[in-house]
Amino acid sequence: MSDVLNPPVANETTSTVPLKPLGKVMAVTSGKGGVGKTFVSANLAAALAKLGHRVLVLDADLGLANLDVVLNLYPKITLHDVFTGKAKLEEAIIRAPGGFSVLLAGSGMVEYSRLTPEVRDDFLRIMSGLVPHYDVVLLDTGAGISDVVLFAVSLASEVLVVATPEPTSLTDAYATIKVLVGQQKRQNIRMVINQTARIGDGRAITVQLQQVLDRFVPTEPGRPIKLIHMGDIPADPAVRQAIMRRQLLMQTTPSCPAAMAISQLALKLEENVISRNR
Amino acid sequence: MTPAVANTSSSHPIHLQQLQLDNARALLDRSMVVELPSPIDSPKEYLQGVIDGLCELSLKDPLTGLGNRRHFRAVQERTIDGVARSGDPALLLMMDIDHFKKVNDTHGHQAGDQVLQAVAKTIASCVRPMDTVARYGGEEFAVVLPNCHTSFGSTVAERIRATIEALSITISPSLTIKVTISIGGAYAPEWIRSTGALWTERADVQLYRAKSDGRNRVCLDHQQEIYVSAEEKNLLFGHLSLGDPAWIESVSSELPATAASSAMQRVN
Repeated sequence: MSDVLNPPVANETTSTVPLKPLGKVMAVTSGKGGVGKTFVSANLAAALAKLGHRVLVLDADLGLANLDVVLNLYPKITLHDVFTGKAKLEEAIIRAPGGFSVLLAGSGMVEYSRLTPEVRDDFLRIMSGLVPHYDVVLLDTGAGISDVVLFAVSLASEVLVVATPEPTSLTDAYATIKVLVGQQKRQNIRMVINQTARIGDGRAITVQLQQVLDRFVPTEPGRPIKLIHMGDIPADPAVRQAIMRRQLLMQTTPSCPAAMAISQLALKLEENVISRNR
Repeated sequence: MTPAVANTSSSHPIHLQQLQLDNARALLDRSMVVELPSPIDSPKEYLQGVIDGLCELSLKDPLTGLGNRRHFRAVQERTIDGVARSGDPALLLMMDIDHFKKVNDTHGHQAGDQVLQAVAKTIASCVRPMDTVARYGGEEFAVVLPNCHTSFGSTVAERIRATIEALSITISPSLTIKVTISIGGAYAPEWIRSTGALWTERADVQLYRAKSDGRNRVCLDHQQEIYVSAEEKNLLFGHLSLGDPAWIESVSSELPATAASSAMQRVN
């Protein structure tokens, strides 16, 4: 296997260290667009990489991908070329500034914004080839609840829903959770509340969402839905600066409140999601 | 088209005599789909009639007179667009005559054809004019029902199944055939721009279930409704509607950062 698939972040001696059986796949989704999905995915990946994990972020927003914009990367080869057979999978994986790997969809892959059986097969093939080589694979999904988003989420063992305290974001997050519970029989859904104004907001929002779910979404006996509050990312002017400079917050201002919150989130995920798999 | 080109084409009018229309004309005469105007009195209307007739023919199954697979695909795509825009539920039923091969083997293909015709007519009589019944393949039929509320789906499917079961198809004075049909159905996911292939696949899974559960039955895929009601919304941000001052203050204290959040919307 190519070295690109075995980034030497965690293990310098990849040739002698056997591959772990299966990495964790976590979908980052939101319902509403513009709540910071890609921002969270990219910076969370950097924070996890800093903890020594081999991380891949896969741009699963096939129709309107913009992980490249956030990371200021202009790869010659993207997922599109892999799908069309013009390039090998290894060639499309590139190193992001934060010490993790990314597989970019390439902006405007419009023909893939509709989930055809071919796209599904391509995606499955690519995922099964990638997952064994990483400790964590983050799927940065598109906005909305389209077939592509639902399919991408269905490949993940964990779901992280990003929401902001705004009513529209909460409604869309709630609708997304409802679909995931109904169609994919998900029980545990992890929540991150972005752009919070004060400590405790995120927890209050999660409790509120949980109460409405309990009341309106029927579940099978013994299979309750559990929203797990993973943390808040406080509103922080440094976020805007990093985004406008198209740099990772974890690199520009690693000690600002939002970056600290993302580091905390990484630690919590390591404890609850990754280490369970080791 | 630019005016110059239009002028050029109108200065060279097409004469019907220059076109090879005999085959098309013969095809249309045989299938009697349209009444064509006189080619001498109104050549333009005649040509339009030939084209319309051919279009109609290309969408029809010649044996049953139902829409064919091409027609079905077009209707399905259109319906998915409608569901994605309006959120009005649409149902797809896939159905297959049980043990049809036995009819062919026992009574011959002509009897088989008569059974297909009778079943086609019966299915069409069970649904609304706005629904589309198509012959999907061999003894398989598909029905697209736009604006079909989720609570009516099984009623419609069951009506079709029961009507077919009660049907006696007279092949000859001495031969009457009875058949049954298995039906699988799925709703297009509301508000979601799905694909025809995926929608058909979900209905097909249900058809397979109906077959393996013993045939002559209806199985529907029950898609979870994802509609978020006003009551749910109200509870989601009840703090806002109740005017919890702390909450509103906490949310609106982000106001100075509005520029930042709109910038993020663009980038993220």
